[in-house]
Amino acid sequence: MKTTNAVGIVGYGAYIPMNRLRAEEVNRVWGGSGTPIEEKAVICMDEDTITIAVECARYAVRRAGVDPQEIGAVYVGTESKPYAVKPCGTIVAEAIGATPNVMAADYEFACKAGTEAFQNCIGLVASGMVRYAMAIGADTAQGRPADALEYTAACGGAAYIFGRKSDRTLADVEGSYSYVTDTPDFWRRGLEKYPRHGSRFTGEPAYFSHIVGAAKGLMGGLGTGPGDYKYAVFHQPNTKFPINAAKVLGFGMDAIKPGLVVPFVGNTYAGSSPIGLAATLDVAEPGDRILMVSYGSGAGSDAFSFLVQDAIAGDRNPDPPVSSFITRKRYVDYSLYSKLRGKIHR
Amino acid sequence: MRRVAVAGVGLAKVSEHWSMGLKELFAEAALRALDDAGAEGFDSLYVANMCSAPLQGQLHLGAMMANALGARGVHAARVEAGAASGGVAFHEGVKAVASGLSDCALVGGVEKMSDGLPEQVAAALAMSEDQEYTAYTGVTRVGLNALLHRHYMDRFGASAEDVAMFAVRSHEHAIGSPHAQYPFKVSVDRIIASPMEADPIHMLECAGVGDGAAAVVLVPAEDSGSNVEIAATSVATDSYYLANRRDLLTFDAVREASARAYKMAGVTAGDIDVLEVHDDTTIIGVLSIEDLGFAEKGKGAAFVAGGGTTRDGEVPTNTFGGLKARGHPLGATGLYQVGEVALQLRGDAGPCQVGGASVGMAESLGGLGSTCAVTILRRA
Repeated sequence: MKTTNAVGIVGYGAYIPMNRLRAEEVNRVWGGSGTPIEEKAVICMDEDTITIAVECARYAVRRAGVDPQEIGAVYVGTESKPYAVKPCGTIVAEAIGATPNVMAADYEFACKAGTEAFQNCIGLVASGMVRYAMAIGADTAQGRPADALEYTAACGGAAYIFGRKSDRTLADVEGSYSYVTDTPDFWRRGLEKYPRHGSRFTGEPAYFSHIVGAAKGLMGGLGTGPGDYKYAVFHQPNTKFPINAAKVLGFGMDAIKPGLVVPFVGNTYAGSSPIGLAATLDVAEPGDRILMVSYGSGAGSDAFSFLVQDAIAGDRNPDPPVSSFITRKRYVDYSLYSKLRGKIHR
Repeated sequence: MRRVAVAGVGLAKVSEHWSMGLKELFAEAALRALDDAGAEGFDSLYVANMCSAPLQGQLHLGAMMANALGARGVHAARVEAGAASGGVAFHEGVKAVASGLSDCALVGGVEKMSDGLPEQVAAALAMSEDQEYTAYTGVTRVGLNALLHRHYMDRFGASAEDVAMFAVRSHEHAIGSPHAQYPFKVSVDRIIASPMEADPIHMLECAGVGDGAAAVVLVPAEDSGSNVEIAATSVATDSYYLANRRDLLTFDAVREASARAYKMAGVTAGDIDVLEVHDDTTIIGVLSIEDLGFAEKGKGAAFVAGGGTTRDGEVPTNTFGGLKARGHPLGATGLYQVGEVALQLRGDAGPCQVGGASVGMAESLGGLGSTCAVTILRRA
């Protein structure tokens, strides 16, 4: 999908909570073997999806240097809403000073809810309906005790502000592509605490077919190939999947390494590929092209092609880079983790 | 009784066939077998399957598959004997053609394991053990095999590496096989380093989860044009409850079924040029080699490690990868084995071909050796 008016990213920000749970700690308690990642980020006592969204939204506004009153839409993509009914988007919009002349809502599409918000923000800005639009992917993902997901289900998010292409856009959107089917690989029904998944069904027919389908669809439409991209970011449910997806599509480790945060952060669900993109933008240079492909169970992928602009060079480090959140950490044991994630109650 | 020949073979690739159901998978193998035989149709159908009830909620596969193939009015039935379903179905098909009740029998096996979650597959596999005495304890199939594996190493002083060599050989043989699930080499070090599935059995000593279908067409041998005849088929059973066995490390069903088959075919173990055995884990392959008469009791692992089962060895075994590397889609497995032996005798085994093979044998096990089906094929 290409817009008739050029759109780009004018600001972005990420946030990752400080607590970490080592995968080995899960093995210590449950007796498993193998570790799909090193460690995952866990919220603190006073954090939830909304506080994460607010943190990264504030960083994005600061980096963009825009008047929050000019942000005409705030969309939060998440599958871990603190309220079943009451938008996260309204709270974030209020917190950053974008209310009341603003659209606000939440998106749900498992791990691609954040990039679904990207697509809509890009469309709103390109059409001229709003000057700026903010898309956030943030989650405090749930994993059933001893389930494979407990090793990886993590907390974090990233926010992006889209605006018309100008000398202030950090990276321009060259095109996007969505690839969606009814594939029930992972789900959580209403009032259920933990999601369920189809085990190995989540791999080949779910993650890989959609990631590859979206990436090929986008590159086919733009006439680009892996050689045209300096960097690539794929949704990161574990360390193995994005590396294998890169291999299948013809990308080397050098291309995905800057954005491959999952070994140290875990799978932040709707925040996963947006955080990976943020970590990549942190190191990208003008002229670099970045491919980003999300994946959400249920299932679908959104693929984006970004061309990094000159503005990025002058916009470095007013705000914390993703790497600073990765190194800022303290370890919790399984007991404290259980309390923080509501697995035990007084 | 009439002499019976294998007129056609059809083998679907063992894989995770996410986009195919039981019908599509079965039809792929069945239509290939019918094409291979040049058959217009068939008058009887045997469908081997083990787990369609717990995994797909589906039974009555005979009529279902006959319908899927557009074969209105034919005799059709499902055959279930645990993981020996394929071998037993073949036996039934041979009886039908040999007796004169059928002039063309299509015998196919199908299994779709990837539909189930790991715990569902484990529960389905445990259904081939006694729910009153064994399965209710929660022990898995690999857990039961582990009892034998540990006992074998203790009693005979076999090393973990020697037993693991069975899987190494299977993977070596699968290279080049068009229908194998895992056609690549695996070193003994990698096997020993893989996680424990059930101590002392490592993950890479176990057949994986796979979907597959295999089929053969059976016709009267006379004027069939086929050069692959059934020299013998036999099915034998043993104590269903492991603790009642005469000897834990001897599969009497294998000894009984193979003794009958050797007698029926007029051959001995020394005459077998190519062999397919049931290696759902390495130790079961080793015990099979011994109880079929290719190695003394307690020396099977050393026989395998010493090269006795390689393509150039004393008895080339699991020449397309066996259960470990070709794959083990349960009810279909016995028909993969028979089909592979037939391809070897025809000289159609491609890169897996064993030179000059004229007599071949397949051994299929249900439960922990409580059912054994043995087939001997001969090049006419």
